[in-house]
Amino acid sequence: MSQLPASLFDKVWDAHVVRSIPDGPDVLFIDRHFIHEVTSPVAFLGIESRDIPVLYPQRTFATADHNTPTIHQDQPVKDPLSAKQLAALSSNAEKYGISIWALGSPKNGIVHVVGPENGITLPGMTIVCGDSHTSTHGAFGCIAFGIGTSEVEMVLASQCIMQPKPKKMRITINGKLGKGVLPKDVALYMISQITASGATGYFCEYAGEVFENMSMEGRMTVCNMSIEMGARGGMIAPDETTFNYVKGRDKAPKGEAWDKALAYWKTLKTDDGAAFDKELVFDAANIEPQITYGTNPGLGTGITHSIPKASEVKDGEASYKKSLAYMDFQEGQPLLGKKIDYVFLGSCTNGRIEDFRAFAKVVKGRKKADNITAWLVPGSHIVEEQIKKEGILDILKEAGFELRQPGCSACLAMNDDKIPAGKYAVSTSNRNFEGRQGPGARTLLASPYVAAAVAVTGVVTDPRELLSEA
Amino acid sequence: MAYDKFTVLRSTAVPMPIENVDTDQIIPARFLKATERKGFGDNLFRDWRYNSDDTPKKDFVLNNPIYSGKILVGGKNFGSGSSREHAAWAIYDYGFRCVVSSFFADIFKGNSLNVGILPVTVSEGFLDKIFKAIEADPKTELEVNLPEQTVTLLATGESEQFDINGYKKHNLTNGYDDIDYLQAMKSDITAFAEKSLY
Repeated sequence: MSQLPASLFDKVWDAHVVRSIPDGPDVLFIDRHFIHEVTSPVAFLGIESRDIPVLYPQRTFATADHNTPTIHQDQPVKDPLSAKQLAALSSNAEKYGISIWALGSPKNGIVHVVGPENGITLPGMTIVCGDSHTSTHGAFGCIAFGIGTSEVEMVLASQCIMQPKPKKMRITINGKLGKGVLPKDVALYMISQITASGATGYFCEYAGEVFENMSMEGRMTVCNMSIEMGARGGMIAPDETTFNYVKGRDKAPKGEAWDKALAYWKTLKTDDGAAFDKELVFDAANIEPQITYGTNPGLGTGITHSIPKASEVKDGEASYKKSLAYMDFQEGQPLLGKKIDYVFLGSCTNGRIEDFRAFAKVVKGRKKADNITAWLVPGSHIVEEQIKKEGILDILKEAGFELRQPGCSACLAMNDDKIPAGKYAVSTSNRNFEGRQGPGARTLLASPYVAAAVAVTGVVTDPRELLSEA
Repeated sequence: MAYDKFTVLRSTAVPMPIENVDTDQIIPARFLKATERKGFGDNLFRDWRYNSDDTPKKDFVLNNPIYSGKILVGGKNFGSGSSREHAAWAIYDYGFRCVVSSFFADIFKGNSLNVGILPVTVSEGFLDKIFKAIEADPKTELEVNLPEQTVTLLATGESEQFDINGYKKHNLTNGYDDIDYLQAMKSDITAFAEKSLY
């Protein structure tokens, strides 16, 4: 039987369908399930009240991240509600025999950082977590996406979820990225081009030279932001870069199992002629360092540009004006030179070792600006150790910065790291929604280079001016 | 968790003609710390609804007594952002059973169906008519008929069909959830798991 050309997405999805319900969703088998303290307690209550066990506890991995403080982690968590959620995660994991990296564990960190770095995330898997940035794991050629708590309960009970198969989109970017342009800029550029809802209903594959030449950390950043254009997830075909990253990691297959897995992983790419519901093509040469100015991630532009007029954006005029009013920005206002109060480096988007290398490259030999409060938060203890080992911590300290302890931190204002009302933060995280980083906080999303340039100048600055070599 | 069955809902509606209403607005992250599903309606749209001193913001629609009902009508791209099901819980707990918009974010839509809220997608033109009808008469009623898959402006009789897959429609009209279904096919799942590479 001759096979029709298939996409990467089709190959992975179809390999996991336990049953297709006519006029209904597919029942999809889930290889890996990550849980954290916020979206899992009610799911455990659910299976308890139904008296259902966890079907495959060895396929679920727990880590504490959203609520955890990023200083004094050796001390008890002060907020009683946070402490209670963290305790619930630990007791549920213990009760059901689920592996957990709790606060204080040397492997603790943000769920989407610790999964890949420990080899739990492997090419071709289906991965879910009660967190929309689960799309991060698509960097390994996985179908990975965020789910709600009802679905967390389903996965605990049955290792399956029920989802209609999404439509397929491919975004191809060829060419070479310019000086000072990082994977985060590629993500923000794509979102600004297609809007925050431009990929809703689709699962996205990223293809072309830009992604082929990207490191795994960079691919994770891009796939992480897929949800910010509405896509359920994004994925990149696994290649030698992927295999080299995975090989030898703690939970990656070894020996014969590795050879068998590798042979399969090499088949995971889109065949020539495979059909997509939508195809978009961008040119790398058009991407400059990006920054957002509004209250959804689609409201961003090149850093040298001014804030567009309402007539130039795809959002409705009333919503756009509401957005600028919240930010206290004017149409036509330049972004360069805008005074900033806070800089946040971290999150599941940009909390990996390469992000700290990039930040250090800009701040090396410079000093933190006096008006800036900087929170530099590694994505995990493994990243933290690497920062120390590579001498990055010394560079940061010399420039007047401190390193905090791992966690989601200021990305979502659930823990103590909140940006005060009315203050401006340049943040390497993923969302600039109203109040996302604290009630009244004003967020400008950007790359680690831009964050670093702001941190040493105190204002929105083009990092290309501070990067000496090409 | 059990929810009320959904068949035909006739109600006034609360208008929120704002685009990209994200889940951080529906329920800010600092209110996600409960370990039980209780009381989320109190914090629905918390920062749009209350000042920092907890006094109500007078110009916000939920604080305006002329608007009420079990249907929330939102602008395009409703429910974008985080996967927090707490957003759907908050909407349900507040008393809404249906959200009407011209476009929903995927995860929010799925979460709504799983907790017993019907997300109804209408055309931009019909959404605009609904907003105008409520603006003209806040007591105007909508009828959302799940068996017929229609939404109707009762004052004028104008109506539009909406999509929902047969499986989810059956669940909502009977109050079933996916776990009931999955439990019934466990042997298929365990057989599938045996062949898994991972």
